[in-house]
Amino acid sequence: MQKRALGAAVVVVLMVAAAYAGFFIAPDEKTMHVLQRIFYFHAATAWAGETAFAVCFLANLLYVWKRKEKWDWLGVSAAEVGLACITVVLITGPIWAKPAWGIYWTWDARLTSTLVLWLLYISYLVLRTMVEEPDRRALLSALFGIFAFIDVPIVFGAIRWWRTQHPAPVIMGGPGAGLEPTMKKVFFFSVLALHALMAFLVAERYRLEKLRAEVDVIRREAEAV
Amino acid sequence: MSLLPNTSVLLGKELRTEFRSRELLTTTIIFILIVIVLFSFTFDPTSDESRHFGSGLLWLAFLFAASLMLQPCFLREQHNDTLSALRLSVSDPFAIFLAKLVANTLFLLITELLLLPIFSAMYNVPVLPVLHWLALVFFLGSLGISIVGTALSAISAQARMRELLLPLLMLPLLTPILVASTEVTKSLLERAPYVPWKGVGIVAVFDLVFLTVLWLFGEYLLEE
Repeated sequence: MQKRALGAAVVVVLMVAAAYAGFFIAPDEKTMHVLQRIFYFHAATAWAGETAFAVCFLANLLYVWKRKEKWDWLGVSAAEVGLACITVVLITGPIWAKPAWGIYWTWDARLTSTLVLWLLYISYLVLRTMVEEPDRRALLSALFGIFAFIDVPIVFGAIRWWRTQHPAPVIMGGPGAGLEPTMKKVFFFSVLALHALMAFLVAERYRLEKLRAEVDVIRREAEAV
Repeated sequence: MSLLPNTSVLLGKELRTEFRSRELLTTTIIFILIVIVLFSFTFDPTSDESRHFGSGLLWLAFLFAASLMLQPCFLREQHNDTLSALRLSVSDPFAIFLAKLVANTLFLLITELLLLPIFSAMYNVPVLPVLHWLALVFFLGSLGISIVGTALSAISAQARMRELLLPLLMLPLLTPILVASTEVTKSLLERAPYVPWKGVGIVAVFDLVFLTVLWLFGEYLLEE
């Protein structure tokens, strides 16, 4: 209990500090001004979501290999939190895009692939609701999760080849790309804060899934009696 | 090294089952035909418009048709519990997948090539000069659809609401196939046709990657 409260406190402090840094410490951007500040939240959430999906993929692999139910719990927890993050990304994106581009949505490579990513993990969660038996659900969803995660880079490659309009990668982009040093510090601090939030939520969700599994066992025993 | 002989025997079984009734082929052909006719109401199918929208229409029709056609793939084996018999009869379960996916690719390819002249006539797009290139894209695209579709139909056959679940799982996964095959087909239907090799490459990479994934993880899909 104490550990959880401490974790929550750390996450809250980090998030408040990241919000403060994003609004007041990061310098003003030349063309977009205050509008650009959503980037610290938008892009950092996207990174956290992608990390969550990577965790889900690892958990899926480990489940298929080890068949321990804890990996199933971790898989579904990471998928749900990742999906929440990507939902936030898909909402904050248009909020920025409307004033910056004049439109809420465009079928650009990154937007489209993020949307497909979102759909893939929705399918993953729907699949889980359609299989009753816990072991079978865990195995089938783990296998689908593996398929989905491997699909992501190919989706990105195909759609990128097809069309592109999103701002070119600023971080780890080509020459000429790059952030002003303070912006960079603020951004990576936001990334850290959102990863902490993501990890905290995954841990909480994992706890819930574990409890749910325990209740399930008890219910089955009660029914058997 | 019994993979190939096993696969060919199983493939023979798949083909015999289908060609006895021809249920899948007939329904798929009629389904695609209906979609092609219905799509003609959504835009003015003059030659230039058709060149622009036709390829996307074709591939959407193929994808939807495949999501119907692949339903019975593993379901059929459940009715008489023939899947257990299949599993016992081969040393490598990958042979079961390989046979089914080759059969599905073949069925899809047959329907696609049968419908191509009808599409060409109705939408005023000449296809004969680029037929061999179209056949290549159709083959690679159908192979990709079949690889992923066969694997996922093994998943959906074990779930509730399987008829709805399969398209839900399959269609987002097949985005790369839809995007790349549509673009390649579009370039081939242009007035000055050309082959965008990068698009062909994307489809080929998709096929190769998912064939490998299926080879690695296929046996777990068939676990009792």
